[in-house]
Amino acid sequence: MTRLVARLLQRLLGRLPIGWLQLTHNRTRLAAALAGVAFANILIFVQLGFLGALIESIGLPYRMMNAEILVAASDANTLSDGSPLPRQRLYQTLAVPGVAAATAVYYNRLDWKQPDGTIRTLDVFGIDPSAQAFRSAEINAELDRLKLSDTALIDRKTRNVPKDLFPSIGAGRPYQFEANNRSITVVGTFEIGGGFSADGYLVVSDQTFLRLFKRRVPGAPNMIFVKVEPGVPAAAVVDRLRAALPASDTTIRTVAEAVASDQRFQTTQKPIGIVFGFGIVIGVLVGVIIVYQVLSSDVADHLREYATFKAIGYKRGFFLGIVFEEALVLALLGFIPGLVIALLLYQIIAASTGLPISMPGTRPLLVLMGTLAMCTLSGAIATRRLERADPADLF
Amino acid sequence: MQTVPSIAQPRPQDEPPIVVSGLGHWFGEGNARKQALGDIDLVVESGQLVMLMGASGSGKTTLLTLIGCLRDVQEGSIRLLGRELRGASANRLVESRRRLGFIFQAHNLHESLTAHQNVRMGLDVHEGVPEAERDAAAAHVLALLGLGDRATYLPANLSGGQKQRVAIARALVGNPDVIFADEPTAALDKDSGYDVVALLKRLARARGTTILMVTHDNRILGLADRILTLQDGRIVRDEKPATS
Repeated sequence: MTRLVARLLQRLLGRLPIGWLQLTHNRTRLAAALAGVAFANILIFVQLGFLGALIESIGLPYRMMNAEILVAASDANTLSDGSPLPRQRLYQTLAVPGVAAATAVYYNRLDWKQPDGTIRTLDVFGIDPSAQAFRSAEINAELDRLKLSDTALIDRKTRNVPKDLFPSIGAGRPYQFEANNRSITVVGTFEIGGGFSADGYLVVSDQTFLRLFKRRVPGAPNMIFVKVEPGVPAAAVVDRLRAALPASDTTIRTVAEAVASDQRFQTTQKPIGIVFGFGIVIGVLVGVIIVYQVLSSDVADHLREYATFKAIGYKRGFFLGIVFEEALVLALLGFIPGLVIALLLYQIIAASTGLPISMPGTRPLLVLMGTLAMCTLSGAIATRRLERADPADLF
Repeated sequence: MQTVPSIAQPRPQDEPPIVVSGLGHWFGEGNARKQALGDIDLVVESGQLVMLMGASGSGKTTLLTLIGCLRDVQEGSIRLLGRELRGASANRLVESRRRLGFIFQAHNLHESLTAHQNVRMGLDVHEGVPEAERDAAAAHVLALLGLGDRATYLPANLSGGQKQRVAIARALVGNPDVIFADEPTAALDKDSGYDVVALLKRLARARGTTILMVTHDNRILGLADRILTLQDGRIVRDEKPATS
């Protein structure tokens, strides 16, 4: 195997693959170096995975919205913050030309106490059951049942609930639980998937919502989902809405813009996003330091041989070539186990947390490029030691 | 060794390969400045095996590294293969070294490379030789040194004498005009030391290669064409043994 690679490299480099031969000569050091590179890769992959899951999970409820435009409070950065909208905004919205439909949506967070005393957090949407606020066929099929007071639909992907709960609800056995001194009957399920803050979602009617959250005022929703008339550009309607509604209390964006802005806010302004970004920096640093350590001690170990080659007449470029050859070998060989282990970890994390963590095709490419750059940088620092190889000292 | 094209460049027909005149060398700066060589005049004829003797600190190694283009000439002149080394750029010195062969006290083989690959390193420094020819040339020189069956061995699996013969093969394979050897027998026992130098001499003579060898080893002096003795940085004796 190593001989095959050596022959391939020789063909590729047009010279003896000395870097490869040096690396494979000391197997223990090679194994340590590859473990280091793989570790850095895993660290970066997992951080990117969490960051990607954060971004993905923010987008999930937006993608469920049966709307092109979202009217939200001007002080809202995400779906879960901001003041309620004034009562008249819904009617003003409906009066704007190009608006096909608009429906008020209430939002609040609910603690769902489990039989074992622990608490699950649910993001609760209160919708008008006579309108199709969401795209989900499962929700829309149950709208009539939501009209009954204190009934709810629950997200099947809600984290950490008894395994047989959702199949049982699906099989027609409603599940009852108490929250905010009311007894809620869960009559059906749908699928969104929890994020980093809440464990899952609950959809109820606006009437049920107002009974659950007694301090909320009827007619003062958190957002308005706007459907645009066919053939009318959403951007034009956004402009008209902005002209019609006061900017002091409302923000009007297309749903796509709203998602992007929410994702930007949560990844750059909230600690959770910054932590993952920081983790990536740490991963890169770990990789650079490990590869530098390996390459520079390899150079130090071979100073005598390098000095001999210098005496024979080899120039600086030849030695740089050896160090970079080693750097690239470490990058490529370390990347493979790093990627495999990261994929396994993604599966484990997805299974245990329910987070939408996945490996988009571009990410391995990105990390590989980063690894190559990281190893080349380390190699470049390590070559400074080459200057110490003085052939006159050999005699 | 017809497989290796000669890389020798034309030089004035009658100029000997090594012409040293008025050479002096110092180490250190200021008050610590110490003279290592002075008033060295030396002409070495083509194809000769010249041995440099002298106590340690007598300047013989400094002389070897100066003529071998490994140090800058400070005073006087060295003409090596028709070119003046004084004031030569670092790049010129490297180019010049490619026409030389080096054999070190410790064999200095690369532990990760096989005997054959180590020998090839002596050849790969020259550009323009096809891959197959390099392999053939390296194998040929190894065979000449009696190591044909050890080509794929790593240095760790060779004896001291075998390693030194690989090092000699590495020095010879590029068809150098001059070979510089620094106590090549120091790590070898009497018999293998003598055999190795005798072999080197025979191969060099067949090709007209000049050898400059620093040695303390009295056992091999009989092989020299000329013996120079240095003392305190000056050549104090210049003998031509009758046996050569």
